[in-house]
Amino acid sequence: MSVLVIAEHNNKSLKSSTLNTVRAALEIDTEVHILVCGFNNDEVVKQTSVIEGIIKVIQINDHSIEHQLAEHLSQVLVQISKNYTHILAPSTTFGKNFMPRAAAILDVSQISDISAVVSADTFVRPIYAGNAIATVQSSDLIKFITVRPTSFEAVESSGGNAMIEKITFNLEEIKTKFVNREEAQSERPELGNARIVISGGRGLESADNFKLLNEIADKLNAAVGASRAAVDAGYIGNECQVGQTGKMVAPELYIAVGISGAIQHLAGMKESKIIVAINKDEDAPIFAIADYGLKADLFVALPEFSKELDLLNNIAK
Amino acid sequence: MKLLVAVKRVIDYNVQIRVKSDQTGVDMDNVKMSMNPPDENAVEEAIKLKDSGVATEVVVVSIGHEKCQDTIRSAMAMGADRGILIKTEDLIEPLAVAKILKAIVEKEQPDMVLLGKQAIDDDSNQTGQMLSALLNWPQGCFISKLGVNDKTITITREIDEGLEHLEIQLPAVVTCDLRLNEPRFASLPNIMKAKKKPLDVIAIENLEIDISPRVKFLKVEEAPVRKGGTMVADVKELIQKLKYEAKVI
Ligand SMILES: Cc1cc2nc3c(=O)[nH]c(=O)nc-3n(C[C@H](O)[C@H](O)[C@H](O)COP(=O)(O)OP(=O)(O)OC[C@H]3O[C@@H](n4cnc5c(N)ncnc54)[C@H](O)[C@@H]3O)c2cc1C
Ligand SMILES: Nc1ncnc2c1ncn2[C@@H]1O[C@H](COP(=O)(O)O)[C@@H](O)[C@H]1O
Repeated sequence: MSVLVIAEHNNKSLKSSTLNTVRAALEIDTEVHILVCGFNNDEVVKQTSVIEGIIKVIQINDHSIEHQLAEHLSQVLVQISKNYTHILAPSTTFGKNFMPRAAAILDVSQISDISAVVSADTFVRPIYAGNAIATVQSSDLIKFITVRPTSFEAVESSGGNAMIEKITFNLEEIKTKFVNREEAQSERPELGNARIVISGGRGLESADNFKLLNEIADKLNAAVGASRAAVDAGYIGNECQVGQTGKMVAPELYIAVGISGAIQHLAGMKESKIIVAINKDEDAPIFAIADYGLKADLFVALPEFSKELDLLNNIAK
Repeated sequence: MKLLVAVKRVIDYNVQIRVKSDQTGVDMDNVKMSMNPPDENAVEEAIKLKDSGVATEVVVVSIGHEKCQDTIRSAMAMGADRGILIKTEDLIEPLAVAKILKAIVEKEQPDMVLLGKQAIDDDSNQTGQMLSALLNWPQGCFISKLGVNDKTITITREIDEGLEHLEIQLPAVVTCDLRLNEPRFASLPNIMKAKKKPLDVIAIENLEIDISPRVKFLKVEEAPVRKGGTMVADVKELIQKLKYEAKVI
């Protein structure tokens, strides 16, 4: 029995979600392989081969699969999966896109977004925006699983020494054409695995006001997040949305500013270790789950927060 | 161009759900039910395409309880032309939903199928991708923009890194994000009109599709409730607590 993890990467570097997914895979079985599909992906393959606990890396380096479109990845998976009992990918927009497609071709159900492994066929997954926790058992021969990265500690990204196998595929032509990607550029840590996240909501009132958050984020080496309302209003990009229909985060410190705390937002951040809420409405639901609540006008509190940080001798980053 | 839209009836997003004490599932008795939110965006987009003359017919389909008729009627009140209910009392997995939808597609021959990106009850985020695979059609998932040409569509997908733009040949399956559009409210006259629009009810047994569950729910539990902590007086105190009590900065 062996488990295949599909690496998430951009042909240049491996995404950290892969490391969390490997942890889940190792909880299922010790024989874990990783598939790296893409083009000019040697560097990623190198990074992947030294991940702790991996036995084999399978590389597909093919121009036609450069953008890892679902119609292509599913073709690869359908052929390769017969060698495995479990296929795992992170439940990011990457994994969510192609995993169900491959599963359906193989007439297999998918278990989405697992937060724990009970046994080789039984898994835990949050449903209803994380308000209920289901334990589910799969009877499919091959198990297609997407993994919630924040629920599994990342394995070490070095120390391993996996063998590398290069394979080629004849891929069928597909009816989808990649046009381009608009990737948000940021010097800050990735939202999904930052140690500190500071998020703004509708209370921020404008895109420009997010600079109040950015300033603090830079001092704390934090990622910047947002509520759906802030994204909808155009204050910030969709890649920053935290919640049921956005990203899941579980940092050591989550600071929610001008966010009311709707269940759909809480779904994405309530596993954070320490939660801080700054809101001018003392009845805001976010206070009910915050470790530290500050009832204040954010336009006064944020500049003060920034100044107080400067007064500290050092800041743990 | 003919459009098919899949709509699911779910517990309203404003309702605080309760897990049944025997851990068999979530309490649905006397709970407000609504159309799954992104499915409203799918319906809205289809109707917009009809309003602008690109589409000629919008058919909505729902799979589930008798009461899904209400969900279909609300889509028809928004402007959909016709409804199909595949009736069943059982819980249907995304794979089975996709198989049923495939059968409907083969019968109705739409040029595009629109679904929500995710049902807010099971949070699966699978059905559109699965349907597209079973039909061997291309897919455009988590879209926040849709442009329709003669034989292709151009879509903008929301991805973790930002946005991705694709050009896809028709026929195709798309799954919609809440940011795709602003669903309209149905006017009273349109609600009345919707009552007279055709709605076919088909018993699931008549479709001869394998819908047996592959994933068994062993138990459903209440999520642990996170307790609030303390209120701090001012920013100074907050910083002190974060530094010396929580030790996170
Ligand atoms: C299907 C579905 C999925 C959804 N998915 C998500 C999701 O993934 N993520 C998400 O975030 N939301 C999601 N939502 C939306 C969610 O229900 C809420 O509408 C949204 O989270 C509200 O964002 P907000 O807290 O920024 O805005 P509001 O609820 O408007 O809250 C703004 C807060 O700012 C405070 N405030 C205003 N001015 C100030 C000031 N000067 N100083 C201090 N405080 C101030 C107010 O007191 C208020 O509490 C979803 C909704 C649906 C239906
Ligand atoms: N029982 C159903 N009836 C109709 N449409 C459904 C049903 N279940 C899922 N869908 C569609 O598939 C989408 C994604 O659902 P899911 O894969 O369960 O997250 C929903 O937004 C609906 O458009």
